[in-house]
Amino acid sequence: MDKNQFLQSFAEQFDDVDPSSITTDTKFKDLEEWSSMVALMVIAMVDENYNKKITGADLREANTIGELYDRLNSRS
Amino acid sequence: MSPDHSLARISVIEYYLPSTKLTNEQLHIAFPEWSVDKIMEKVGISSRSIAAPDEFTSDLAVAAARQLFEKNKIRPADIEYLILCTQSPDHFLPTTACLVHERLQLPTSAGAIDVNQGCSGFVYGIGLAKGLIASGDVNKVLLITAETYSRFLHPSDKGNRSIFGDGAAAVLVSSANKGAGIGPMIHGTDGAGAGNLIVKNGALRFPKTADQSLMEDNERNPFNDNYLFMNGTEIFNFTLESVPGLVRNILKKNQLQQDDIDLFIFHQANKFMLEYLRKKIKIPPERFFISMEYSGNTVSSTIPIAMKHALLEGKIKAGSKVLIAGFGVGYSWGGTILYY
Repeated sequence: MDKNQFLQSFAEQFDDVDPSSITTDTKFKDLEEWSSMVALMVIAMVDENYNKKITGADLREANTIGELYDRLNSRS
Repeated sequence: MSPDHSLARISVIEYYLPSTKLTNEQLHIAFPEWSVDKIMEKVGISSRSIAAPDEFTSDLAVAAARQLFEKNKIRPADIEYLILCTQSPDHFLPTTACLVHERLQLPTSAGAIDVNQGCSGFVYGIGLAKGLIASGDVNKVLLITAETYSRFLHPSDKGNRSIFGDGAAAVLVSSANKGAGIGPMIHGTDGAGAGNLIVKNGALRFPKTADQSLMEDNERNPFNDNYLFMNGTEIFNFTLESVPGLVRNILKKNQLQQDDIDLFIFHQANKFMLEYLRKKIKIPPERFFISMEYSGNTVSSTIPIAMKHALLEGKIKAGSKVLIAGFGVGYSWGGTILYY
C-alpha cells in the first residue's frame, strides 16, 4: 500500500474538503463532512483498491488517517 | 437434468405505497447540510412513502392485495393460504395475517400466517409458498410483504429517514402454468450480526423507555434503543462478504452461468451499495435493475416492487431468467432464479 496514494484516495471521498488540507495527521472523524455515508465510500475504496476490509473497530480505534493506514497496511 | 422450476410460479405482482411522501426537499429543510442533489446521488431516492398516523401494516397489506385481486381478476375465494411477511405487525397477537384474511374475505378454509423477516423476506416468502404448493396441500398462495419502518425511525435520524419508506407488495404464487417458475433456492443466516440492525426496545426483553435523545456511538452511528439502529459500516461489510457468494451459490444450484442471467434484481437497499456490489460481482449495468427512486428501501417489498417496474418497462420478457437476492437484517439472506 502506497501511503500517498491512500491519502489521495481517502481525500477523494469528500466533496467539500480541500485535498491539499488532508494529511496523515488529519483526524478524519473530526471533519465536518465525515458521516456513515462517507465511511461506506472509504470502505468501498479500500475494498476495491487494496482488497482489504475496514472493520467497525478500525474506525473506532484509528483517530488519524495515518493510524487507519497503519492498521490496514499491517494486514496481509 | 436441469433443476426443476415448474413446481410453483409467481403469476402477478402489485404494490401499494401510502399517499404521504417524504421528499428530499423536506429532508433538506430538516437537515440543511444534506442537499437535495446529494441525497439523490448517494442513496438514489427522491421520495419515500410514509404511512398515515391511522395507517398500519394490515392496511397496507389489504391495499396491495385488493389491487392484486381487482387488476388481475383474481377471486379472494380462490386463495387457499395467506403468508404475510412483516416486522412491524399491528399487534403482538393475533397474527396480522388473520386481520388481513378477514378484511380480504378469504375463505375460512384458508391458512393465514405471519413470517417475520426483513430484507430477505420476499425470497423467504416465495420459498415457503413454493414448499406449500410442492407438498400438494394447496394450489394458490397469496404472499404479501408489508412494512411501516417509518414508525421505528427517530425524527433526527437523517441517514435512516433518507433510506427507508413504507409500502406493501402482493404476489400470487400458484401451481398454474403461468408466470415465473421459482427455481432452486439458497438461504443463509448469521445471527452474530443481529445487533447491527435492530429495534432493541419495545418488545418483551426490553420495554420502551421515555428517553427521546439521539446519541452517537463511537463510529458516529446515531442511536436511541427505542428506535431503529443500523451500523452502516458493519452492514456494508456484511453485504460485501456475503452477496458475491450468494450470487455464485444461486447460479450453481440452478446450473447456470452469470452470463445466462437476463436481469439481476437485488434488495434495493441504497444506490451506492447496489452500484458497488454490481461492480464487485462484475454485472453489466444493463442487466442490473435499480428501481427505488420513488419508493425508497421498503425492506421486504423492494424486490417485488422492482420486479413490477422491470415487467412494465419490458426488461423482463417471456423467456427471461431473473436472479433475485435479498440480504440484510438478521443477518439473513436468500435468493433464487425466476424463469419467465
